[in-house]
Amino acid sequence: MEAFTKWTAKAAPIDAANVDTDQIVPAPFLSRIRTEGYEGLLFYRVRRNADGSMDPDFILNQDAFKDAGILVADRNFGCGSSRENAAWTLWDNGIRSVIAPSFGDIHYNNEMNNGMVPVMLSAEICADLRQQLHDNPGAEITVDLENNVVVAPDGKPHVFSIPEFNRYRLLNGLDDVSFTLESETEIAAYEAKRKQEADWLY
Amino acid sequence: MATPRTMFEKLWDAHVVLQRDDGQTLLYIDRHLCHDGSRQGFTKLKNENRKVRRPDLTFASPDHYRPTDIKAVSEIQDQKMREILEELAANADRFGIHHFGLDSGMDGIAHVVGPELGVTLPGISLVCGDSHTATHGALGAFAFGIGASEVAHVFATQTLWQRKPKAMRITVDGKLGFGVSGKDVILAIIGQISAAGATGHAVEYAGSAIRGLDMEGRMTVCNMTIEAGGRAGMIAPDETTFAYCEGRMFAPKEDKWDKALAYWKTLPSDDEAGFDTEAVVDGNAIAPMVTWGTSPENVVPVTGAVPDPANEPDPVRRATQERALDYMALTPGTRMTDVAVDKVFIGSCTNARIEDLRLAAAVAKDRCAQVRTLVVPGSQQVKREAESEGLDKIFTDAGMEWREPGCSMCVGMNGDILQPGERSASTSNRNFMGRQGEGGRTHLVGPAMAAAASVSGHFADVRTLMEGKS
Repeated sequence: MEAFTKWTAKAAPIDAANVDTDQIVPAPFLSRIRTEGYEGLLFYRVRRNADGSMDPDFILNQDAFKDAGILVADRNFGCGSSRENAAWTLWDNGIRSVIAPSFGDIHYNNEMNNGMVPVMLSAEICADLRQQLHDNPGAEITVDLENNVVVAPDGKPHVFSIPEFNRYRLLNGLDDVSFTLESETEIAAYEAKRKQEADWLY
Repeated sequence: MATPRTMFEKLWDAHVVLQRDDGQTLLYIDRHLCHDGSRQGFTKLKNENRKVRRPDLTFASPDHYRPTDIKAVSEIQDQKMREILEELAANADRFGIHHFGLDSGMDGIAHVVGPELGVTLPGISLVCGDSHTATHGALGAFAFGIGASEVAHVFATQTLWQRKPKAMRITVDGKLGFGVSGKDVILAIIGQISAAGATGHAVEYAGSAIRGLDMEGRMTVCNMTIEAGGRAGMIAPDETTFAYCEGRMFAPKEDKWDKALAYWKTLPSDDEAGFDTEAVVDGNAIAPMVTWGTSPENVVPVTGAVPDPANEPDPVRRATQERALDYMALTPGTRMTDVAVDKVFIGSCTNARIEDLRLAAAVAKDRCAQVRTLVVPGSQQVKREAESEGLDKIFTDAGMEWREPGCSMCVGMNGDILQPGERSASTSNRNFMGRQGEGGRTHLVGPAMAAAASVSGHFADVRTLMEGKS
């Protein structure tokens, strides 16, 4: 996993609540393995018209936003399916951070397990950020994980919190299986105890 | 006296391997279900040259990519789908995990197979690389969906790092009316608390209307917890639960059963236990429900109409509603019973268990499907049971298709899809844009309402349709 310390990039406003992972990457692409890549698949259907042509009104189809590296969304971003392919698709299309008032729980973890930083800020701040991005197309946002702060286009800092465990892993680019196996003694002890106390499980 | 605890807290505490100072907890996983879509987790495991730590606790069932018109893997025409099912069998063989293949007579949707084989039990922790894993909480388990990296982590360590979710209780008291099922209960709940109403929470469903549900109905309710944003859903185990579990293949037997039962009876939340969040829904007032938009929270009673976004004060919400209505090709004010359907899907991990099929068959009996209708049982066991009751005959006599078990048109990964512009009445769990096929328009309903839409050609109030029958 790549380490994440600070990311400054153009940001795009996604003015919708409940952006589900089916929208982020539709099911027909899920049979792709990770190494096949997901470039060009972000919001594959939502960004197209019924006839397959690109919808010029979709924000990421517009010149000022097409290279966005950060998304600012509304509540419940990444709800729905557990498909980690959604995080991969965001990553393969240059997105390293999504800012929203709330996230689907599974997607939130999937982002962090792939070196991305999901930032939770209040609905009011998110709405304000989206408005600033509409008013200044192509404006940049900074997500500073070392200081737990987002710097808005107007220069205002917004402090956010992220679980310390995940923050540490993200800052250091640590994969957690090796990390977990350092607790082998505790895992083995739990298994022994469980086998004795809850033998009905086995 | 010990501090009063919720059922969730009891389940959580029983699975803590260790807790770090930063609050992160390493939880032990008693049962890991996987499926043909878990291949990315297997790939990660192989790339890192690791083994499955507890193959005895790991169970695989092909469901997402399984075509519902074939009986054996060798019959699958689509090369990619065939390879994916073969890959699961090969991975199961390589890592020594349980595999309910198409030749086992036990295959089906992971969330149907787990409970019916007794893999799922009260008091356990269970994960699966699928968001509808909360289903298993209906038995009094702590069950939640995970991503591919986490699947690989559980394979390798039989544990997961978790932050403790908050505890939420949703109480549904009252008596459900005729024609109202578990699906209507959960849709009414989501309509009330929103698609993010339970985010960050483990939800316990309580109240007389919940206790009155059979296991199938309880599983339907817990299944869609994710559609309210919840991490896990659960229902206190009781005599209904114990009777369901007893005698199942992987359930404990004899002395172990007695010991398990004694423990399970300690699981319900203590009377004095507090919840971080509470919601109350009036069970007496729940009608058969139909969704109109592209989020499960976009739901109205079948007697209702398509809402008018102009009445929504928040501009983002209004724009979202307008976009949903545009996608669904619906006009504000249209009565739901005036909306015609092109296809009906009865199936999925939400509504493909035996009781769901009985509810649908009661409506289909002596009637004729007006549109193409797929009935997809949740497992081989459900299929056999339905056939022994003659339900398959009722469906086929009505002109409906009786298929092999799998996820099918819920997620459209196996070839069962809507064509662009087609409208479905579907017993599945998501009405997201394109979920059932590009340009497809999905309306979520319960199994009786799906059958009612099939025989009417449009949404119909099953209570009116079944008047005079019981």
